[in-house]
Amino acid sequence: MPEIAQLQRELVARVLGGDGKATPELRRAAFENAGFGEPIRTLIEKVAERSYQVTDGDIAAVRAAGLSEDEIFEIVVCAAVGQASRQYASALAALAGAVEGKAGQ
Amino acid sequence: MRLDILDRGHRLHTKAIMALIRVFSGHPVVDAVKLAFYRQNFYGGGPLTHEAMRGQSDWSVGDRELMAAYVSKINECPFCVSAHSATSTMWYADEAKVAATLTDLKTAPIDEPLRATLRMLGKLTHENGLEADDILAVLASSVSVEQIKDALAVSLVFNITDRLANAFGFTIPSPEATNAGARFLLKRGYR
Repeated sequence: MPEIAQLQRELVARVLGGDGKATPELRRAAFENAGFGEPIRTLIEKVAERSYQVTDGDIAAVRAAGLSEDEIFEIVVCAAVGQASRQYASALAALAGAVEGKAGQ
Repeated sequence: MRLDILDRGHRLHTKAIMALIRVFSGHPVVDAVKLAFYRQNFYGGGPLTHEAMRGQSDWSVGDRELMAAYVSKINECPFCVSAHSATSTMWYADEAKVAATLTDLKTAPIDEPLRATLRMLGKLTHENGLEADDILAVLASSVSVEQIKDALAVSLVFNITDRLANAFGFTIPSPEATNAGARFLLKRGYR
């Protein structure tokens, strides 16, 4: 599946730099799961680390803080893509290390 | 669905397509489709998902659907567990195999290469990373490097999708609609 790496890079480029309502800084912070105050921090941390715990209240709190639905949509997508991309990068690095180690034996 | 825009914010053209889906399928449009159709130039996960799930691979479609269900179980995403266990079950025509895999990986009636691969995906999903030793264990179970890459692609996609389904609060459809969705995914895929 040689296309996967390219499709993943395109997805990351789209959500971080494509047309959107949230500022690039906000999207980058969501992608990295870092640098937020409340209530955005709780929502983004939950999306990245324990998405099953996200509640109606978490979304409502971020909406009440002044974010539009499209901004919330965008930062949630960024948080999800960010966490999954870090996992993927870690796994590919482990794979490269394993293949290299075997070749060196 | 926790965001109204994902229910009702689509462009007119897209709303018309969703109305047709409702009429022809006889079921409400599932939340995953509403998400896939919303602002495709922003998220638009369809092509990546389709490539991971239906692109050329030594894993069968049923194996990849089972990986999707298994990763979704680790992420505690009931919507995706339901959708992809139904799709995997339909592909294998074996409900017990899928159910057993999701209940207890150690004793499930599946081949060792698939078991080792699912164990690896479970660890990656749970701990957010892997070590070279984790990969070596899978290689030792007669899984090829290409198969590992293909499995990691499934994991990438479902570690995104599960988070979105949970965060946006996807509703699990009726069993009839879930099976209709599974038939569609086997026939047409994710594009």
